[in-house]
Amino acid sequence: NMTSKYFKNQWNSEIFELKAELNNEKKEKRKEAVKKVIAAMTVGKDVSSLFPDVVNCMQTDNLELKKLVYLYLMNYAKSQPDMAIMAVNSFVKDCEDPNPLIRALAVRTMGCIRVDKITEYLCEPLRKCLKDEDPYVRKTAAVCVAKLHDINAQMVEDQGFLDSLRDLIADSNPMVVANAVAALSEISESHPNSNLLDLNPQNINKLLTALNECTEWGQIFILDCLSNYNPKDEREAQSICERVTPRLSHANSAVVLSAVKVLMKFLELLPKDTDYYNTLLKKLSPPLVTLLSGEPEVQYVALRNINLIVQKRPEILKQEIKVFFVKYNDPIYVKLEKLDIMIRLASHANIAQVLAELKEYATEVDVDFVRKAVRAIGRCAIKVEQSAERCVSTLLDLIQTKVNYVVQEAIVVIRDIFRKYPNKYESIIATLCENLDSLDEPDARAAMIWIVGEYAERIDNADELLESFLEGFHDESTQVQLTLLTAIVKLFLKKPSETQELVQQVLSLATQDSDNPDLRDRGYIYWRLLSTDPVTAKEVVLSEKPLISEETDLIEPTLLDELICHIGSLASVYHKPPNAFVEGSHGIHRKHLPIQHGSIDTGESPVSAGPAASIDQPQVIPSQGDLLGDLLNLDLGPPVNVPQGSSMQIGAVDLLGGGLDSLVRRMYREHSFLWFVKVWLPAVKAKGLEISGTFSRRQGHMYMDMSFINKALQHMTDFAIQFNKNSFGVIPTTPLAMHTPLMPSQSIDISLPLNTIGPVMKMDPLNNLQVAVKNNIDVFYFSTLIPLSVFFVEDGKMERQVFLATWKDIPNENELQYQIKECHLNADTVSGKLQNNNIYTIAKRNVEGQDMLYQSLKLTNGIWILAELRIQPGNPNYTVNARSKEIDRLQNAFDIVQNIFKDILHP
Amino acid sequence: MIGGLFIYNHKGEVLISRVYRDDIGRNAVDAFRVNVIHARQQVRSPVTNIARTSFFHVKRSNIWLAAVTKQNVNAAMVFEFLYKMCDVMTAYFGKISEENIKNNFVLIYELLDEILDFGYPQNSETGALKTFITQQGIKGQHQTKEEQSQITSQVTGQIGWRREGIKYRRNELFLDVLESVNLLMSPQGQVLSAHVSGRVVMKSYLSGMPECKFGMNDKIVIDKQGKGGTTDEPGKSGKQSIAIDDCTFHQCVRLSKFDSERSISFIPPDGEYELMRYRTTKDIILPFRVIPLVREVGRTKLEVKVVIKSNFKPSLLAQKIEVRIPTPLNTSGVQVICMKGKAKYKASENAIVWKIKRMAGMKESQISAEIELLPTNDKKKWARPPISMNFEVPFAPSGLKVRYLKVFESKLNYSDHDVIKWVRYIGRSGIYETRC
Repeated sequence: NMTSKYFKNQWNSEIFELKAELNNEKKEKRKEAVKKVIAAMTVGKDVSSLFPDVVNCMQTDNLELKKLVYLYLMNYAKSQPDMAIMAVNSFVKDCEDPNPLIRALAVRTMGCIRVDKITEYLCEPLRKCLKDEDPYVRKTAAVCVAKLHDINAQMVEDQGFLDSLRDLIADSNPMVVANAVAALSEISESHPNSNLLDLNPQNINKLLTALNECTEWGQIFILDCLSNYNPKDEREAQSICERVTPRLSHANSAVVLSAVKVLMKFLELLPKDTDYYNTLLKKLSPPLVTLLSGEPEVQYVALRNINLIVQKRPEILKQEIKVFFVKYNDPIYVKLEKLDIMIRLASHANIAQVLAELKEYATEVDVDFVRKAVRAIGRCAIKVEQSAERCVSTLLDLIQTKVNYVVQEAIVVIRDIFRKYPNKYESIIATLCENLDSLDEPDARAAMIWIVGEYAERIDNADELLESFLEGFHDESTQVQLTLLTAIVKLFLKKPSETQELVQQVLSLATQDSDNPDLRDRGYIYWRLLSTDPVTAKEVVLSEKPLISEETDLIEPTLLDELICHIGSLASVYHKPPNAFVEGSHGIHRKHLPIQHGSIDTGESPVSAGPAASIDQPQVIPSQGDLLGDLLNLDLGPPVNVPQGSSMQIGAVDLLGGGLDSLVRRMYREHSFLWFVKVWLPAVKAKGLEISGTFSRRQGHMYMDMSFINKALQHMTDFAIQFNKNSFGVIPTTPLAMHTPLMPSQSIDISLPLNTIGPVMKMDPLNNLQVAVKNNIDVFYFSTLIPLSVFFVEDGKMERQVFLATWKDIPNENELQYQIKECHLNADTVSGKLQNNNIYTIAKRNVEGQDMLYQSLKLTNGIWILAELRIQPGNPNYTVNARSKEIDRLQNAFDIVQNIFKDILHP
Repeated sequence: MIGGLFIYNHKGEVLISRVYRDDIGRNAVDAFRVNVIHARQQVRSPVTNIARTSFFHVKRSNIWLAAVTKQNVNAAMVFEFLYKMCDVMTAYFGKISEENIKNNFVLIYELLDEILDFGYPQNSETGALKTFITQQGIKGQHQTKEEQSQITSQVTGQIGWRREGIKYRRNELFLDVLESVNLLMSPQGQVLSAHVSGRVVMKSYLSGMPECKFGMNDKIVIDKQGKGGTTDEPGKSGKQSIAIDDCTFHQCVRLSKFDSERSISFIPPDGEYELMRYRTTKDIILPFRVIPLVREVGRTKLEVKVVIKSNFKPSLLAQKIEVRIPTPLNTSGVQVICMKGKAKYKASENAIVWKIKRMAGMKESQISAEIELLPTNDKKKWARPPISMNFEVPFAPSGLKVRYLKVFESKLNYSDHDVIKWVRYIGRSGIYETRC
């Protein structure tokens, strides 16, 4: 390649010329040459071959030239370590220079040269500089310790530099103090447990004094450091707050935000509802508002932080919604953030204004912004009931604009509104249906399909509409396919006569022609439900939906608390903990809000982070939903809240899939009778650990089937489980087999084998089981009812003769009679169902047109229960007579047995 | 902390590159160029994370300044530092442009070495920096030992923004109260939102290390004095005080003193600087009222009439008045009649722009326009953007008054009376809109 060769040659000759100029006798020429070298270096040209020539220029009394040479050295010393040694002498000499500016320059530059041999020579000069008479040298030396620590941490410790640095906290010069604090803070991040900073009340006092006197940057270092301190009591917390509050008037936004961080943290320690507490809260609002008049980049940082602050303490800014109204000229990133905060602050008091604004925004140019504005209108409807009607009509206006993405976004939010206010706005369905053809985004298609399915009975041509989607079934996204499947099943259950073909078609598309396991599984569930038990199918598919939450996109409370500790920093901008974006040892140490000591008002466990926090704060919507709810709804993309964006929340989506999957697996496993999985231990009560489960009996053994889900942000290990004494002597056969740590957002399914050889103690109710689960965080307790059917043993079929004799033997007082209502099964089905649950039919007779079933069952503790079932033709109510010898031992067990019959036959 | 600092031109060519931390490599320079400067999409955030490296950027004309880090730094501090760096560069060589940066690259490297050490921002006050970083680069040699330690004590001292030994023959100071008044009004004349954001900018040419005290008609101060019974005319001053929502100060102001006594005392930097910023929302004097009347005549014609009324003392004059009346996109022609000033339909801006050079207080003026529309089948209704206004008035719409600025310099022989003081009030329109 001729050209590149030419340039190469040309560059070589340039280097040659530079070399000559660097060795010119005239000082000015040499300086010009070094400048050219630096210019070449800046644009990325390799000038390392000039190293000896540049270093030769170092011995000069021209400060500007010296600085240029140093700049060169910092860049290339690492690649030329041997030659870099040539510079050492000059550095050592400069460190003794009478001019403090030159001493500081030498020690500053030496620390930037990451060559071991040079570092060795640095120690002595640095030691002197740390004790230099001139504060300018000392403040530079303080930073140099941090540099050296980055190169060779061990050496810094061995040489005692950390102690020298600590001594500088008491320095008379505020800037020296500030730099020492900055250096120590950074070093201590890589030694989270060492008490390097030694924050005691005396040192805190020194820092607070320096705070009033040092530069704006120094104030930031000190405030950031103060925020890591845990005051010993509320008095100390208050006195620090008093001295930090004046910083809220600083012109530098970083000083303000760092002060806000200290105050937000220490507020946790102050007794609520005292005058001081309330005054402090009031003082926080104006400076936060003022941040929004800064430059756009700072506004952005401020808004991301305000987003956290309004979630943690909504009272601070609740009066200030107007300042978050979007200005026409705001950069898009400011607009989007403001919109987020507007929705959070929207309330009955300001909804009219908010809506007027949102309506304006929906006509802007930026697509993302417009979509978000439309979404926001939907959120308002859901959040403020009084505004719902106005929101809906606004949305309808927007749909009339026929702007494609506006229409789609509006339909998605209208689905949520329908869910929140059932039977209120369905009159607009016709208008929505007009736009069916224009929908090309999966979210909008799915929303529309959901609406058609949900209100199939009111839409005359619902079958046609849904059928039209079916044509391109395999080209649709999974979300749309799943929703369509559910919608058609709903339609079928509502209008069975006309839609049989349609449902057949979709079931076969889902189960036979699809590679998607989720879709197939859901298809099979419906198929099985519809073919075996349409009544149940109706109950499951058309069941009442769980209410949808008012708040969305809330940050999970433990993460929120952690982010509050990082106000002003990148973590607060990303809304992620530092370890999500920082490599290595920095930022691994997690921060927590301080905990009120010796509080009078709470009997709560201290870890619930912040007294009464759980009450004040809106509950985070469990994005996983409770599994039961999801089963009933069976819409994979629940309209409740779709976690957006951050990878942190993506885990939650996976979990949802996992939850449904494991549920499906369990449904197949338990052919006999499905006890719906229940949440036994909600995450809020167990520091992020959620346990849901069910009991089952398989091949003669009892199992406790559990899902452990980690909703905290730390991993969990060392799990163990224990039962309290109980009526049936149930104990685990083996210890809990969880050998790997449970990572955040992960779930593990465990089947714990049980037996009944443990100690017995009668519980009330009889089938109550108290469980203790331990992990590395704490011990948690919950209690649950074991379905009695798992105690029914396989050899519960009594001999016919024995049955007759026993039945007669049992006195009439020991008999219980009750009815099972609305049961439409025939005797054989009943018999089969019962047998699946180890309740055996001993004999069946037909007496005067009615079927008589004689049943027996045996509990694990040897108790027999006998029953007679009477089924009259045309009467959906069955009569059951149950008898047991051990009535005294059973007592209220009959009630339970009664329920079991009901449940099995009539789930 | 900050790991590196890059300056690029609009093409993405690097003009300055200074790396402070070992974890930032040369590839970071390219990553920012490729992912941000050359990105097709408009910038969606001033903070970008690329491969676990965070980039903070600001733009000045067509120059990009980017700070890079791999740590969880104080994000607000990084931006404040970038702004400060722009200020420093402007103070040294004027406008931030490619040419100026190229011509001053040695100076910029020298500054970057001084104001950022291992990524920690250090004293970046121009007043202090100029004492030892000069474009001549020779000062170091000719300084006496005394001068040297004076420099270092200033750079690290409590009063880092001012050097000792400043002398003026004439001690003089200028105070500018600059306010921007923002309004959003409904067509019926109801104020939807209004606020004033103000700045007090000071130019001080004072000898020595003067101690200054600034007083204004802050309601809190006046009320306090009123209670003490020290005011000469309690009734009058009480009425004229204003409620300040919030204010921030230049770092020279003793904040703890403001917090406890609400007094503003400081040793000012030399030359021009911004003493304080403030915000008010109560009892704002709205210099102009806009009364719009829009009538749709059929589907192809609009009749617009706008009256503006000036609402201040008749002796005062407003200047640079401009009223912008938006027109629909399908406007085909406009006929305008105005009593005063000049009005023009600007098709490219979809607006009628009405300009009036001067207007006294308590006057009114009117414009009428007939707008012809092309028939369209666009179903989307015209959104009727608000009518906006620009102006400049010689008073502070917040009502802020400077009560005093006292200067004390005990070591030199000049007193407060010898200082010549000038105060000027300028009120400008911020976003001043009336919906129609």
